[in-house]
Amino acid sequence: MSAVAVEDVWKYYGDYPALRGISFSVEPGACMALLGRNGAGKTTLLRILAGFSKAGKGRVSIGGADAREQETRRRIGVLGHGISLYDELSALENLTLFGRLYGLPDPGRTALEWLERTGLERVRNGLVREFSRGMRQRLAVARAFLHDPSVLLLDEPFTALDDRAIAVLQSLVREAGVRGKTVLMSTHQLREALELASHAALLVRGKLVFQGPRTDEMAADPGWLYAHYGEA
Amino acid sequence: MTAFFRQTLVIAHKDLRAELRTKEAINASLSFALVILLLFSFAFDPTVEQTREISGGLLWIVFAFAGALILNRSFARELPNDCLDALVGAPVSRAALLLGKSLANFVLLMAIEFMCFPVFGIFYNVRWTAQFWPLMLVLALGTWGFTVVGTVFSALTVNIRLREVMLPLLVYPLMIPALMAAMQASTHLIAGGPLAGDVLVWVRLLVAFDVIFTALALVLIDAVLVG
Repeated sequence: MSAVAVEDVWKYYGDYPALRGISFSVEPGACMALLGRNGAGKTTLLRILAGFSKAGKGRVSIGGADAREQETRRRIGVLGHGISLYDELSALENLTLFGRLYGLPDPGRTALEWLERTGLERVRNGLVREFSRGMRQRLAVARAFLHDPSVLLLDEPFTALDDRAIAVLQSLVREAGVRGKTVLMSTHQLREALELASHAALLVRGKLVFQGPRTDEMAADPGWLYAHYGEA
Repeated sequence: MTAFFRQTLVIAHKDLRAELRTKEAINASLSFALVILLLFSFAFDPTVEQTREISGGLLWIVFAFAGALILNRSFARELPNDCLDALVGAPVSRAALLLGKSLANFVLLMAIEFMCFPVFGIFYNVRWTAQFWPLMLVLALGTWGFTVVGTVFSALTVNIRLREVMLPLLVYPLMIPALMAAMQASTHLIAGGPLAGDVLVWVRLLVAFDVIFTALALVLIDAVLVG
């Protein structure tokens, strides 16, 4: 069974088709880089997969189940454009809150572990509104990974991260792959993404124009995919 | 069932903690309620008898307007950093999410109401404690109906640009039966009348309103949040 399956998905904003008949599947343990220019439909597709938005037509499933079901949501970790953290709560309070919502056995301890892994243990009691952009993004990474999801949906995860934080995120994604987790990652940072990805997909104006294993040519020249399948 | 109530309490606790840190809604709501109570007192200078007749109406109008300020913040609080996405994406029953938020709003509005009563007693020269516990019952029933309906509409209007205007426009017409019942029962109880006869009918109406609208809200919230 595919970890992620997308079948003929269409999404309209008014009359404009943001996604046009997208179909693909991702196997367990794969890491797919979802590429495309601004407005290509990457975020829309990830939002539908995360259950935040409904497809106008077509079907998406996570591990064979509807992405919007409560039990399926437990298996998904999402890192979106917004950090999805409360400014008026501390780092520890935020992670503990989400640990509780995901029904973790010891949310406080898990939260502390993730603060340590993302290098934020020193500021665990600091309010998120006092954090720098990079620190907020690292905390958002911790929130997305906190409940050990089997499918990770990462929307431009490298944005605002410094070199060290990028290395941390890359190691987390690699580790997730080793442990059989599935990662779908949209990004404009082709080099970082293609280093990690086992597969790549390219969206052009809402259409999927390429999907397949990442080749050495793609890794060597991040622009290769755009040059061969993208718009001029 | 245990998980449902645990999630409800987690959401309520989170909202209350966030509000107590910022005090955005509670400060605005309390200031508004106190100013209206004082202005009415100075503008009309009612006699004790007149006050007894209008007490329920006056208080519930103040509570309804002050409550709208709290309800407006309920889901708007989730907008910065896309926190609403994280809540909707979490494996939490949307009914628990609504119930948790309603509970937090209920606690905040009840706190405002408790602070308003002594001010009302002093400035309007009314001894309002004669039927304290029956009055608290009416207060709790009316406030729950208002907060549960208001929280659903807070979710519905959260992405609308003019949500501060739209929320009261949508909520107040629906609240007419509950507000009427709460006003009538409160007037009677503040005047020292017992919880019997017509007042019991109004209280039953409040209970029925709360049960029906809580059930409807819990059923509809999934469609409201995800569409």
